[in-house]
Amino acid sequence: MSGSAFHRFANPGRFLRLASKVLPWLAAATAISFAVGLYFGLLASPPDYQQGETVRIMYIHVPSAWIAMFAYGWVGLASAAALIWRHPLADVAAEAASPIGAVFTFVALVSGSLWGRPMWGTYWAWDARLTSFLLLFFLYLGHIALLNAFDDRQRGRRAAAVLAVVGMIDLPIIKFAVDWWNTLHQPASVLKMGGPSIDASMLRPLLIMFLATQCYFFLVTFMRMRTLLLEARQRTLLYRRNTARPTATARGA
Amino acid sequence: MSEYFAMGGYAAFIWPSYGVAAILLVALFLLSARRLQAAERALDETDSAAEEE
Repeated sequence: MSGSAFHRFANPGRFLRLASKVLPWLAAATAISFAVGLYFGLLASPPDYQQGETVRIMYIHVPSAWIAMFAYGWVGLASAAALIWRHPLADVAAEAASPIGAVFTFVALVSGSLWGRPMWGTYWAWDARLTSFLLLFFLYLGHIALLNAFDDRQRGRRAAAVLAVVGMIDLPIIKFAVDWWNTLHQPASVLKMGGPSIDASMLRPLLIMFLATQCYFFLVTFMRMRTLLLEARQRTLLYRRNTARPTATARGA
Repeated sequence: MSEYFAMGGYAAFIWPSYGVAAILLVALFLLSARRLQAAERALDETDSAAEEE
């Protein structure tokens, strides 16, 4: 995408109009896909022949882990765009998505731990997949902390963007940790050569929960982006009004 | 019914997984929605105040 096309597409005013049109549809899609996904995940699917009922934890764990990484890619790419093009919408996109990614990372860590206890016999192991995923959680916390660490918003955003871009190195490490190292965590079973190695009855709730978490991500990200843009406009209006007031009184007098 | 909630003896692992996810996702959504409403309302007030001037 060329710089000018990016700028035209990423015009904040256009984004605000688009977001207000899309948000109700996204909210409906999120609610419906979660309802259907939970129905299949918790009621209309069989227990696994090895994992028993604990396989149901996968329907929340795997989509959460995916969004945790997807959201970090979003934050990292938006931060790169912000550093290169200095586009205000890119900064807003990164800042809006970071807490969502942090929440999904935490959910993936907790649900994975609760699955590990009965299946592996331990809540936690310092294997490559788990450790690199824990690092992702700290990257999110660092990003959020840096955004709020400076009185000058722009300085905070610059520092946070640099961290986010550098932190993207963790994404391939998480993805390939199960291949590069001998980990307790099992290798990929959905995104792999030759197609998923999961029975249709379990693939169905998994894919619907993927859709649900993805819709949730875009819904809350767009809501938060809209919020940040409106707050910025509000600050500009108040600033203008406060600096214009002396002239107004001078005219009145 | 209680057999269903027992989840084959794994209730203590399955329900907290879904519980943590539900609480955090709902809380984040509500906080984000409330902040968005506040921003919209504040901007409306500033706009109408500007028109009166």
